[in-house]
Amino acid sequence: MTFLTFLISGISLGSIYAIIALGYTMVYGIAKMLNFAHGDVIMVGAYICFYATSRFNLPAVVGVLLAVVVCTILGIIIERLAYKPLRAAPLLAVLITAIGVSYFLQNAALLLWSSSPKVFPPVISNGNLSLFGGQLNIPYITLVTILACIVIMIVLVWFTSKTKMGKAMRACSEDKGAAQLMGINVNGTISLTFAIGSGLAAIAGVLLCSAYPTLVPTTGAMPGIKAFTAAVFGGIGSIPGAMIGGILLGIIEIFTKAYISTQLSDPIVFAVLILVLIVRPAGLLGKQIREKV
Amino acid sequence: MKKLLCLALAATMALGLCACGGDTPSSSGDSEGTKPQGAAFKLGGTGPLTGPAAIYGMAAKNGAQIAVDEINAKGGEVQFELRYEDDVHDAEKAVNAYNTLKDWGMQISLGSVTSKPAEATSAENNADRIFALTPSASSEATINGKDNVFQMCFMDPNQGSASAQYIAEKKLGTKIAVIWKNDDVYSKGVHETFLAKAKELNLEIVSDTTFADGNDTDFSVQLADAQSKGADLVFLPMYYQPAALILAQAKNINYAPKWFGVDGMDGILTMEGFDATLAEGVMLLTPFNADASDEKTQAFVKTYQEKFGEVPNQFAADAYDCVYAYHEALTNAKATPDMDAAALCDLMMKEFTSMTFSGLTGTDVTWDSTGAVSKGPKGMVIENGTYVGLD
Repeated sequence: MTFLTFLISGISLGSIYAIIALGYTMVYGIAKMLNFAHGDVIMVGAYICFYATSRFNLPAVVGVLLAVVVCTILGIIIERLAYKPLRAAPLLAVLITAIGVSYFLQNAALLLWSSSPKVFPPVISNGNLSLFGGQLNIPYITLVTILACIVIMIVLVWFTSKTKMGKAMRACSEDKGAAQLMGINVNGTISLTFAIGSGLAAIAGVLLCSAYPTLVPTTGAMPGIKAFTAAVFGGIGSIPGAMIGGILLGIIEIFTKAYISTQLSDPIVFAVLILVLIVRPAGLLGKQIREKV
Repeated sequence: MKKLLCLALAATMALGLCACGGDTPSSSGDSEGTKPQGAAFKLGGTGPLTGPAAIYGMAAKNGAQIAVDEINAKGGEVQFELRYEDDVHDAEKAVNAYNTLKDWGMQISLGSVTSKPAEATSAENNADRIFALTPSASSEATINGKDNVFQMCFMDPNQGSASAQYIAEKKLGTKIAVIWKNDDVYSKGVHETFLAKAKELNLEIVSDTTFADGNDTDFSVQLADAQSKGADLVFLPMYYQPAALILAQAKNINYAPKWFGVDGMDGILTMEGFDATLAEGVMLLTPFNADASDEKTQAFVKTYQEKFGEVPNQFAADAYDCVYAYHEALTNAKATPDMDAAALCDLMMKEFTSMTFSGLTGTDVTWDSTGAVSKGPKGMVIENGTYVGLD
């Protein structure tokens, strides 16, 4: 039974990584850039929801929606101000800008909301689903997280493969120049990608802080890095890959802690990542691109 | 024309910078402390004023500022000019901050607020012969082998052994679990001495698990381990943010042992939105209690709340005590602000090892020649959302 309990905690932690990783992978797949500020957009989303529900006593649903709206707008603004001017610049310049945006958001949060930690009020009632006569307790938040993760993945896959805008995104990801010649608004499409990615970040932030309720300006940083790892693990650019990578990473992390050592969990998680990348350099579900020589 | 404009602009900027440098003693700008009358001792310290550990640095800075303001307002021979520099809880930045203070002409030092940076700056203090009294850097390495670095807080090892002693004496638990943070010198130090002392006192440790930065959100494994081995008391040598998560997650799995914390746990009740019922019955050893009824503490808490809008924690009280201890030592030694740092260092080393000080964080406080403080920890338990003395 403890095995099942650990498996569930692993899936719960993993689904949060997965939702964050979906945002990373979307932006990477379309704009071909690593948005290191993604983790900090998560933190902003969590703070917005925190203030909406605990200061202004709005219902949780309104808080979540508000967080999504604010983060979406924030994502568009970041893209417009920080990344768009660098569209033609080398990838390294964009990467450094993204790290800069990440620091900017963290320090802005420090100024606005101070460094003292806040306890996030649960958006879902703090209960357990008891199975097998109380031997197995699954917190409701875990169920909601897993469900949210699956729904988001399905919607994203449907969106990118069936809708017009989604097809435009995939076209941009294949070849920006050709897409533009076909009459696709490349800049608009990239902005849309950022908007969707940041909206997802808000949801991830709310779920992350509901499961682990301490909120500080650096809350998003480490889960952001882990989720990036998960995205690479699953094959960056692939939507189902991000989901599988996230969940696997969560499970490996919890199992290592439980059965090997609480001290060595991070080294082992990253060692597994390295092994996977040696065997499959593009990640589990990544596209193997043959370089023409 | 363009060149001229550039020059003019550069000149204005340079002037502006000079003006800034001349007017405010503090680079951080927000401390508008009372100006000392005449000559004053230059008192400097580094602490995390930004970043995730800023809560400790700001508390210490604010606490010290209140003490300096009070002393300067009263007048008298010993006056202070206080300057805090930001070290972002980083050893390298702390040394830079220390050098800034040295260039400013710091005569006596408040060391660093947190242990990691303090271990770096205390070596500098020792090499430069600038006396340091750190409010809250509690690791052993901060003072080890440095004859002119003193502590106002308990050293980590003392906290660990005092906790084990307390648990054994009061028979608080028979099977004990420890969860600690293995990348933090504070947590590690307390953990090691706790284990050693527990062994000596025949306390049974059934579970000993760790976590680290970036791995400090999910505690299901650690808690399941403690629960399955039947631990009836869990010792948490850590700061309060992870502790808050541990308490919440334990409730989720219906695990309700006795909880025992150390001074880093202080502050858990002031977290915004924290459900105080989670901390019901949590015990901790701490030198300072903002709810204490004595006049000194109440006056300090009132001033702090008026000025900074928060209830002061132990870090603020420690820093406040540091300034008053300096005041007492400098007065006793008849030191004058025109003495250089090395001369003051010799005087302070003599004074601190011979004086007995009473402040917010303890009465009849003494120091030995290693720089370690001796004061009695107070056992506290959280009841109905407030701290209540255990004894």
